[in-house]
Amino acid sequence: MNDSVPNQSTEESMVHVYKVDGPFWGALKRDLLLSYRRKSDLVNPLIFFLMVATLFPLGVSPDPTFLADVAPGVVWVAALLATLLSMDSMFRSDFEDGTLEQILLSPQPLYLVVLAKVLAHWMLTGLPLTLLAPVLGVMLFLPGDGMWGLVLSLLLGTPTLSLVGAIGAALTVGLRKGGVLISLLVLPLYIPVLIFGSAAVQGAVTGLPLGGYLAILGAMLSLGLVMAPLAIGAALRISVSG
Amino acid sequence: MADKKWMPRWFYQLASPRWCYEITGKLLPLFVIAAILLLVTGTVWALAFAPADYQQGNSFRIIYIHVPSSILAQSCYMLMAVAGAIGLIWKMKVADMVAKCCAPIGASIAVLSLATGAIWGKPTWGSWWVWDARLTSMLILFFLYLGIIALNSAIESERTAAQSTAVLALVGLVNIPIIKYSVDWWNTLHQPATFKLTERPAMPAEMWVPLLVMVIGFYCFFAVAMMLRLRNEIIQRERRSSWVRDLIAG
Repeated sequence: MNDSVPNQSTEESMVHVYKVDGPFWGALKRDLLLSYRRKSDLVNPLIFFLMVATLFPLGVSPDPTFLADVAPGVVWVAALLATLLSMDSMFRSDFEDGTLEQILLSPQPLYLVVLAKVLAHWMLTGLPLTLLAPVLGVMLFLPGDGMWGLVLSLLLGTPTLSLVGAIGAALTVGLRKGGVLISLLVLPLYIPVLIFGSAAVQGAVTGLPLGGYLAILGAMLSLGLVMAPLAIGAALRISVSG
Repeated sequence: MADKKWMPRWFYQLASPRWCYEITGKLLPLFVIAAILLLVTGTVWALAFAPADYQQGNSFRIIYIHVPSSILAQSCYMLMAVAGAIGLIWKMKVADMVAKCCAPIGASIAVLSLATGAIWGKPTWGSWWVWDARLTSMLILFFLYLGIIALNSAIESERTAAQSTAVLALVGLVNIPIIKYSVDWWNTLHQPATFKLTERPAMPAEMWVPLLVMVIGFYCFFAVAMMLRLRNEIIQRERRSSWVRDLIAG
């Protein structure tokens, strides 16, 4: 009646879990390699990000002072939508070819595998978005003082977006039409990140201290890192068994 | 089974849809009477006898709908999350049904709260809507309800739908303390909480006693709406079982 998996029972093997050949790095490497081989999926969210940000000067007003005012919000909303767009494919192909079932059946801790998948997703969407954001900032006449605020807030905020979005992706992976539904599930939970993220950029533009905003974004990220993989794991088990 | 003795007997009985159907059938008339009595007394008292506010005049009387519906919208979400968790942990069918029934009721009450807030905001703040923390977090609560309803209707299997919505409801639970403390954490236009468990309300008794009556009346109304939906849901899901067939056959 011993339920514990042998290679998790001792302290020594807990270390093994984080080794380079362990489940965390294995899952991370696999996901990065897979998306490297499908390069168009990598670039699409970035192009989307650029295009959404282009819509605002053309659709609302090309006036530089107006654009400078709305730039923090526009860049953040564009980053949020680009992340959301890439969310649906996160578990989709693994679900369709049965890999997901094998991951759930394997004795490796699901928490770590899920965390690795989210990290891979962030490295391929959130991180490039963060690096591209200053270019958008320049296009939208964001004052130079705001650039650091923009990059730092996106750096702390986009991992939270990936973590929360993965919950929505895991809940809808078993459904054929998951795309719009994910937005409905996830957008309400994105709103707090958006509020503090764009407020941080506004604060940087007006010269306010950034510490408070960044601390709240960091707190959301910490909470997400601890709690979201549990919810993602539970949601995956439900979706796959259903 | 020996280790389960600490659970009271009624907890297991709740798991039986049939027992639940019978007990709600007995409780329903009581709550209908209580809801009618409390809501009628509360409304008449609040609209005709409570004193007018020295600043806002009679326009403040919408508080007697606004505050109870806001409290109820949050309580309903809590109930949905707790019922969802019970359904996830103990795999209790009735808890799944309760959680499912909560979402539409909660969404409509959240709309009532937002609408009465807007109507109250127009004469007092001069605008229908303000993007302040309390209003925004309440709007998020409404969106969460909509997301849960959408997810529930998108999944065909009842069991999977219940489990998935339970996970989503539990994740959305982070919003509840944000709503609660939004008026304390941020310096907002919305006034602080009307009722607190630890302090006496800032209003005179002639004003808050009818409000309390309305709050309890709203809870009774919620219980009625909940039981009606739940009984429907039970009959629908258990339609193949012999006791439901006997019931319908008369």
